[in-house]
Amino acid sequence: MQIVHPMPAMPEPTPKYAPLVTTSGLTVDMPLGRDGNSVRIVDNIDFSIGVGERVALVGESGSGKSLTARALMRLDRLARLSGRIDFDGQDLLKLSEREMTRYRGSAIAMVFQDPMSFLDPLMTIGDQVAETLRIRGVGKAEARKRALAVLDELGVDRAAERLDAYPHEFSGGMRQRVVLAMALVGEPRLLIADEPTTALDVRVQDQVLDLLDDVSARRGLAVLFITHDLGVVAGFAERVMVMYSGRIVEDGEVEQVFAHPRHPYTRGLIKAVPRIDQDLHKLYAIPGAPPPPLARPSGCPFHPRCSESFDRCVSELPAVLNVGGERVACHLHDPLRV
Amino acid sequence: MLLKIDRICKSYAAFPNPPTRVLHEVSLSINHGEALGLVGESGSGKSTIAKCLLALTKPEEGSITYDGIDVIHAKGEDLRRFRREVQMVFQDPYGSLNPRMTAEELIGEGLLVHKLENGAQARRTRVAEMMEMVGLNPDDMDRYPRSFSGGQRQRIAIARALVIRPRILVCDEPVAALDVSVQAQVINLLQDMQRKLNLAIVFVAHDLAVVRHLCENIVVLHKGVVVERGTREEIFGNPQNAYTQALLAAVPVPDPAIGRARRAQRLAQTTN
Repeated sequence: MQIVHPMPAMPEPTPKYAPLVTTSGLTVDMPLGRDGNSVRIVDNIDFSIGVGERVALVGESGSGKSLTARALMRLDRLARLSGRIDFDGQDLLKLSEREMTRYRGSAIAMVFQDPMSFLDPLMTIGDQVAETLRIRGVGKAEARKRALAVLDELGVDRAAERLDAYPHEFSGGMRQRVVLAMALVGEPRLLIADEPTTALDVRVQDQVLDLLDDVSARRGLAVLFITHDLGVVAGFAERVMVMYSGRIVEDGEVEQVFAHPRHPYTRGLIKAVPRIDQDLHKLYAIPGAPPPPLARPSGCPFHPRCSESFDRCVSELPAVLNVGGERVACHLHDPLRV
Repeated sequence: MLLKIDRICKSYAAFPNPPTRVLHEVSLSINHGEALGLVGESGSGKSTIAKCLLALTKPEEGSITYDGIDVIHAKGEDLRRFRREVQMVFQDPYGSLNPRMTAEELIGEGLLVHKLENGAQARRTRVAEMMEMVGLNPDDMDRYPRSFSGGQRQRIAIARALVIRPRILVCDEPVAALDVSVQAQVINLLQDMQRKLNLAIVFVAHDLAVVRHLCENIVVLHKGVVVERGTREEIFGNPQNAYTQALLAAVPVPDPAIGRARRAQRLAQTTN
């Protein structure tokens, strides 16, 4: 089904992919206390992820990247969501809680940062991977068979013997494979990976990324990869969306964004990363710190840290513009700039 | 030579199993004004070395000598001098600063403990100078840690360590908890301080790119053993040890072309 959007400057994504998820005007407000006040964490964002596409969502702590991802699965009960999330023609925000449960795990699944706190230490690996299926009414033997198949697919050695092992018997990298198996056993079409490699050593991180790469290609699985590590983005994703203070400030093909970042924040982020393959006398540092959601500056939220800001940045929130096949929210790219 | 660690061994109790040895005859030395990087994955023993060379824990074998002081057996005035001249910055500026102390109290505490400045006014002046030096506004000295951002808190932690003019600063993953855009500020600050104060820095980190930027000399650890040591140029330009090579090859580079080429190479290796 074709979805028609009233929003300007929708991503012209990657025509390579048919759209799988499309958000328009997605907004997340978190309540503060009991007096009805709330704080806007995610502010009116539009993006689209294609079938089988690998997209990275990059941002610093507090930018709203995790809450954006969690909103796609409606994980936060207290969060007030508005806008639309169209998944395969269905607006997820219109579903009842019960209908939503069917989507979680089978259409969209998620893996989190810390595999140890995510796994139940008192439950065997086999039971944990099969649980998603059991909840959906799959028989015990069948669920176990499918759990084994997924663990095998993800390269867990001697998976058949280890179905009855407990999480503490697994290394960090293997645990992350188990968590991934739990997410994939329901055969989702979109996998949200929230900093899945941040707690891992670099060599293990590489293995997990290769695995994700492999699974995504084999299954035609779309991946939304949330990270603050630009190095990981460059190696894994095809498209990158940069979030700052609750909004997407840049969205484009990885090659293009890294070679010619258009938003001053993206430019700063890329320059600020120390590189293993370069010697620099001094690192470029973006001055200041990201603003807390309750004290966002007027106009463009990045303007107090931006070396190129001008009057308009202080007073007016930049709209998302289409520039050369990419989206960017910055007044510098407005052709009518005065 | 300012500090020398000679063949130290350290084990941790693992009852009911026999103790686990985490350091196997590790030796290293630090000169005046040198920035030394200790790198390795989790479990390599890098943080244990930092603890040993701060005398926070004692190795069972080997010796640690700092400027004529036998660190492991030091007492009294010797130990006090060691504790004053070797300072530490921790990873998490959210956990390492007492939330009930103001920035002034936090930064000035060392002056009080070591009786370096007598009188509240003199201390206050030193704290203000120090805040200025690390890029904080001295007008904020009455504020509490919670009202500072992560990067500013790490500046407080650095000011707190440097105010008593140490000769060695041990930093255990000092930027790992910070946002990317702020990380660079703290790395630059450490580099400035090292040059300005002729400070020796022991930098413990898992992030090899950060280590490459900051440290002239590097020690690579794997399972409690030093597998390679050398200058920045040697380790990054021509690593000899297979483990060092594997570690370097796994560091992500923010360049899509390089990232993709490396992935393709790995895939080719695994299918062969």
